[in-house]
Amino acid sequence: APLIFLQNELQRERYALSASLDNARHLGLRVTVEDAKCIQANAFIQAEIFQEFSVQEESVMFRVSLSVLLDCLTIFGTSSLPGTSTALRMCYRGYGHPLMLFLEEGGVVTVCKIHTQEPDELLDFDFCSTKVVNKIILQSEGLREAFAELDMTSEVLQITMSPDKPYFRLSTFGNAGSAHVDYPRDSDLMEAFHCNQTQTNRYKISLLKPSTKALALSCKVSIRTDAQGFLSLQYMIRNEDGQICFVEYYCCPDENITEAEL
Amino acid sequence: MRFRAKIVDLACLNHFSRIINTIAKLAKTCILRLTVCKLYFILSDKVANGGASMWCELCQGNFFDEYQMEGVAAEHNEIYLELVPENLSRALKTAQNAKAVKMKLTNKHCPCLRVAVELPSLSSSSRIVTHDIPVGVIPRRMWNDFREPSVPDFDVSIYLPVLKTMKSVVERMKNLSNFIVIEANLSGEMNLKIETDLVSVTTHFKDLGNPPWASEDGCQSSAQGRDLESMAEVCIDIKKLQQLLAGQQVNPTKALCNIVCKRVVHFILLHEEVSLQYFIPAIA
Repeated sequence: APLIFLQNELQRERYALSASLDNARHLGLRVTVEDAKCIQANAFIQAEIFQEFSVQEESVMFRVSLSVLLDCLTIFGTSSLPGTSTALRMCYRGYGHPLMLFLEEGGVVTVCKIHTQEPDELLDFDFCSTKVVNKIILQSEGLREAFAELDMTSEVLQITMSPDKPYFRLSTFGNAGSAHVDYPRDSDLMEAFHCNQTQTNRYKISLLKPSTKALALSCKVSIRTDAQGFLSLQYMIRNEDGQICFVEYYCCPDENITEAEL
Repeated sequence: MRFRAKIVDLACLNHFSRIINTIAKLAKTCILRLTVCKLYFILSDKVANGGASMWCELCQGNFFDEYQMEGVAAEHNEIYLELVPENLSRALKTAQNAKAVKMKLTNKHCPCLRVAVELPSLSSSSRIVTHDIPVGVIPRRMWNDFREPSVPDFDVSIYLPVLKTMKSVVERMKNLSNFIVIEANLSGEMNLKIETDLVSVTTHFKDLGNPPWASEDGCQSSAQGRDLESMAEVCIDIKKLQQLLAGQQVNPTKALCNIVCKRVVHFILLHEEVSLQYFIPAIA
C-alpha cells in the first residue's frame, strides 16, 4: 500500500488532506498537518505512485482525522507477511461526502467511511527559492544519529548555517549542559552547500523532534532558511519500488539570535 | 480436601502456561474446578464481569505427570477454588526452563495454591522458587452457580476467519469505537462493523463455512428454515472481543461462534487438549 509508510510521521492534532492537479507543480496527494501555528508538515505522494489517480476538479481539499485515517489504512496490521499485499482504493465524491477507503488483503475486504470536514486555512510559509538565504543538502544517514540523540531537556534546537566555520551546527542547551554537532562543508555527507550569510536560529525542540521519523525513512534532506529565520526541511523518501516521495517541515524560529549576541 | 500435581515435561508446562495466560486475559478472578479427570476455569456471568462468561476445560492427563485430588466429600469428589489467574500466570513465568513444577493446595495461614518451580542449577542441589497463590474455597452449596453453560438457541453458527486477521482488524477498530457489531449468515459470510460520528468501518469475510449442528432430537438445529442470506447480528463491547482474540497465541483446531440475534455471541475455540467457550452479551 503506497500511503502507509509515509503517513506514519505525521502525528499532530490538526490535519488536512488535499489532492491537487496543478500544471505548474505536481499531480498528486498532499497531506498537511500543523501545530501551534508555528509548524507545518506536508507529505507529497505523486500521482505516479498510484496505479490509478484521477481528480475531476482542479483542486480538491478536505479535512479528516489523521489518527482515524491511519487506523483505517493499517486495518490489516502494520507488518505484512511475505507474499501478502494490501490493495487500497480511495474515493471522494466531493464537498460534504465522506472519504471512502476500500482495502483488500487475502480476499478479505474492509470498507471505511471517514467523515470529512471543512479544511482549515493553512499557514503559508511563502518559501520560494528567491527568498532562501542558506541552503544545504545532506545525506540523511549523517543526521540520523544526531537527531535521535537530541537532548530533549533542551527547550530549543539551535541551527547555525554559515559560509565560514562551523558551516553547519546543531546545538542544544539542556540540563546536563550544551551539546554541539558540527558538519564541515567538505564532508562526504554534504551534497550541496549554499550558505551566503551566517544565521543562527532557535526552534522549539518539541516541534522539530517528530521530524526524526521522516529523517529515518529518507535518503537525503535539504535544509533551508529565509531572511526571517523560517526553516524548511525537505526529506526525499524512496519507497520499496524505488519511487520517490517528499515530506517537508516548515517551522517558525523561536527567537532570532543576531551575530552580536553569539 | 487435598490436591497435589506435578508437571515434568517442558512442552506440557509451556502449553499449560499459555492456557493460563489466555485465561488471565479474560478474567481478573475466576473459579478453578478440580475433578479426578479434568480442570475447569470458569467465569460466571455476573454484572461485575460485564456479563461475559467463560468455560475452559482441560484433561489433566494431557498436562500432569502426577495428579492426585480428593474432593470435599466422597460423593462430591471435586474442589472449587476462586483465584486470580494472573497470579498463577506470573508464577508460571518463572518456570520457562524448569525441571519440574509442583502444585499443592495448602492451608497454613489461609488457603493457598502453592506452586513450587524447580529450576536447573549448577550445584548438586536444585533451586526451588515457591509461589503461594491465595485462593478462596467455594462451599458446596454454591457449586450450582458454576454449571456448564448450555449452547444457546442460536440464529447463526459460523466458523471464525483466520484469527490473525480478525485480531488485527479488531485491534484497529478498538481505537475507533467502544462497540462492535458482529453479524453473520448461513452462507458463510461474516461482517465486523463499527460506526461512530467520525467513521464507519466494515470488514467482510466470506466462505467461512457454517458448522453442522444436530440438536437433541436428531433434526437440524433451530436455524433450519432460516433464509441463508439473512444476517444475525449482535452489538458487543469491543474490548471483550479484543481480549479474547489477544489471548489466542496459537491457532485453534476449530474456532466458531454462535450468534443469538441482539442477545449474545458464544465463541467456541477448540485446541487439541483444551476447549474454551466464551460468551459475550449484547450491549443493553
